[in-house]
Amino acid sequence: MIPAAFTYRRAESVDEALRLLAEHGDDAKLLAGGHSLLPLMKLRLAVPELLVDVAGLRELAFIDDADSAVRIGALTRHHDLANSALLTREVPLLAHAAGTIGDPQVRHRGTLGGSLAHGDAAADLPAVALALDAVLVLRGPDGTREVPAGEFFVDFFETALEPGEILTEIRVPKQTAGWDFQKFTRRAIDWAVVGAAVAGDAVALVNMGATPLRATAVESALAAGASPAEAAEHAADDTSPADEPTASADYRRHLARVLVRRALENSRA
Amino acid sequence: MRVTITVNDTEQRHEVEDRTLLVHFLRENCGLTGTNTGCDTTSCGACTVLFDGESVKSCTVLAAQADGHAVTTIEGLSADEELHPVQRAFQERHGLQCGFCTPGMVLASVSLLQENPSPTEREVRDGLEGNLCRCTGYQNIVDSVLTASREEAAR
Repeated sequence: MIPAAFTYRRAESVDEALRLLAEHGDDAKLLAGGHSLLPLMKLRLAVPELLVDVAGLRELAFIDDADSAVRIGALTRHHDLANSALLTREVPLLAHAAGTIGDPQVRHRGTLGGSLAHGDAAADLPAVALALDAVLVLRGPDGTREVPAGEFFVDFFETALEPGEILTEIRVPKQTAGWDFQKFTRRAIDWAVVGAAVAGDAVALVNMGATPLRATAVESALAAGASPAEAAEHAADDTSPADEPTASADYRRHLARVLVRRALENSRA
Repeated sequence: MRVTITVNDTEQRHEVEDRTLLVHFLRENCGLTGTNTGCDTTSCGACTVLFDGESVKSCTVLAAQADGHAVTTIEGLSADEELHPVQRAFQERHGLQCGFCTPGMVLASVSLLQENPSPTEREVRDGLEGNLCRCTGYQNIVDSVLTASREEAAR
């Protein structure tokens, strides 16, 4: 399978990438690791005219200690998240979840920013960013703005990124409470049928609707004093999982309750 | 566009379409057909090569993205006629049946052992999760990687 024809440009700086996006508008797409975009292009589900390769912008590949948070450059690869001593110590949920994405080859190419900007509800890191209350730093022609993860995922493959904006950095508060990450896959390298991320009393769901979701009903039950098992019974409340031949909506709701219970219990063990 | 990639320590400069995938660059422009095209969907790992020393699936990398980088294919894994320790272990432990997945398996294993020189069996199985063998000969493949790891450690 070969993508439809496009023009490839390698950006030498964030400013150059911004300028190319401004010039080409909707016809342009940013290319980071390419492990979400290129498969879509091979299926002709995405047909950009211009690919702006930002993978070489090393200024956006970093993991820095910033007092109560960790600052992560958008182009940091899953492999580097999973192997970072700083993240393993301070944001272990993110390091662990990154190490479960796809397979080693995918983790050598895929990036945190690419995964979040792609906005796929079936991907692991968007839900993890939600559970961790991450803040996303977006740079556009008029400057920089910060968007909480809770406001970033808008709809099916739609994020708060405006045309012409670039996700440059993710700020993640250091974790102080127990955590766990559960996902159910049919085969080793598959996307999650359903996943659950727990960080303290925050619970987020993978693949239970058009966007990654906070399981607010579970969180409310926990706040009201429910046990993990009792709270997990609410894991599918207010969700709208896809109904597919390989996984019905009912099956996904069942999985959500089971995975959230396991994640809550492990996080408190 | 003109792309220059150091493939197996040799500079390969070719004029290609922007949309050319790395696997096609290797097979068609460089004539290196040891890298197989399998599923074409980032699943099977038959097209695995080393990109700046790390395993990647070359069906999901553009040749343009590799411009200025170094790629190692199965043909370039060992110098002269001598087999790479991982290749030798695959031969000794019968780590191949039909052979189609083998180049990708070997390169994924080389990358795995670089990152984790003494993996457990579980770590080998996890480390090769991105490579499918449709003969389902996984037992001997895992044996091969563990053998290569032990032989390297004994040196």
